[in-house]
Amino acid sequence: MVRVELPAHLRALAHVKGEVTVEVAGTVCILSVLDAVEAKYPMLEGTIRDHGTRKRRPFLRFFVCAEDWSHDPLDKPLPEAVAQGQEPLLVIGAIAGG
Amino acid sequence: MSGVRVLVGTKKGAFILTSDGKREKWDVSGPHFAGWEMYHLKGSPMDPNRIYASQTSGWFGQIIQRSDDGGKTWHQPGTPPGETTGPGGQPKGESNKFVYDTSQATGAPLTTHQFYDGTQHPWEFKRVWHLEPSLSDPDTVYAGVEDAALFKSTNGGKTWEELSGLRGHGTGPNWQPGAGGMCLHSILLDPKDAKRIFIAISAAGAFRSDDGGKSWKPINKGLKSLYIPNPEAEVGHCVHHIAQARQKPEMLYMQKHWDVMRSLDAGETWTEVSGNLPTDFGFVIDVNAHEPETIYVVPIKSDGEHYPPEGKLRVYRSKSGGNEWEELTKGLPQANCYVNVLRDAMAVDTLDRCGVYFGTTGGQVYCSPDAGDNWTPIVHDLPAVYSVEVQTLA
Repeated sequence: MVRVELPAHLRALAHVKGEVTVEVAGTVCILSVLDAVEAKYPMLEGTIRDHGTRKRRPFLRFFVCAEDWSHDPLDKPLPEAVAQGQEPLLVIGAIAGG
Repeated sequence: MSGVRVLVGTKKGAFILTSDGKREKWDVSGPHFAGWEMYHLKGSPMDPNRIYASQTSGWFGQIIQRSDDGGKTWHQPGTPPGETTGPGGQPKGESNKFVYDTSQATGAPLTTHQFYDGTQHPWEFKRVWHLEPSLSDPDTVYAGVEDAALFKSTNGGKTWEELSGLRGHGTGPNWQPGAGGMCLHSILLDPKDAKRIFIAISAAGAFRSDDGGKSWKPINKGLKSLYIPNPEAEVGHCVHHIAQARQKPEMLYMQKHWDVMRSLDAGETWTEVSGNLPTDFGFVIDVNAHEPETIYVVPIKSDGEHYPPEGKLRVYRSKSGGNEWEELTKGLPQANCYVNVLRDAMAVDTLDRCGVYFGTTGGQVYCSPDAGDNWTPIVHDLPAVYSVEVQTLA
């Protein structure tokens, strides 16, 4: 079970409170976790990754065990702590705008 | 008893304002989708409980919301709350999927347009500016998007398909973004000819289809824009908004970047009707629901100063289809007012007398229940208003 922490606006869209959890088959990486999140919460499709390009939206970041993984390959295996549910994958909205 | 429902899109959420036919006392609900930019909301003429909304964010992209109960509850079409993707079910998570058509089969629409620096730039979807529900089918709705293109859904907003003949008809490489982006902001569905559609793009101009959106042609003859290399070019004009007379659909009005224009022949030719306006820069324009030659604009000082001249918020009304304008000030601030009125932020109801509504970037939504003679703020402290639409309820 992988834990994912989403920004507040995405939690509202998904009608969830707090962290979400997903089952991931195979290699646990950001790509497979996002696929699992979108499968469980299809209303989030297009909000984390652009529908057309499938790239991370510019004002979102991925943090893993206190490190910024935003520019790492999406298929890079996540640490065991995340894969085992001891630490969450953080999807964070940039502090910007007005 | 008749009533009205005013749908207000703002920078930080949507608000719904309701009143009876007197339009004196108002109930306010909202913010819906608090914190999100709500570019536009509009109800179906066939089913007033069906409302479509464009919810957008610089962080999370585009969301389409739909209400089937007059704005009490909302959902993303195809993705009801609590449902997850299931085999063989309705498409899920695609109501916000706006993907440009690049297929050879549909004419290989062009994939680049002119950018600010004059180079060709790929089309990139950013957001939905305007949603226009069909006049005959609650499940059919059109979306005008940035970068400029027209999409259509025939399943209540669950999925979208580009009407790619617009981008592909030939002038696309000459379209370019205005200061607000390259947006398709106006969609007019002809009430007497189901196959006729008008749209407008900043900065390209106005276009018309006579075959339901399959093929398109520019309709900009008569427009003169001194800020572009060829002032009378076929495309390249920064049209801010177009409006249509309900009784005479061939009668169109336009607020261009500068100039207020009128067409009597469905856009084939345009004539300037700015007349005695204090400035002919502005964003909104609308037509009285009962009088095709009674029109409304809100003059804005200039393209460099987006607020009313002299700090006086004035609606100007012409009862002669332009040229001769009267200022309407009763109930509007006449000192120290420096708000703007954005292009989709004016609407009219169909009651008798015609109600006129507009919203400002200062968060006011004004109503005139008497065709513009007197104005009252319904609300005055909302976030910046992006759009105002009105539903007249039986």
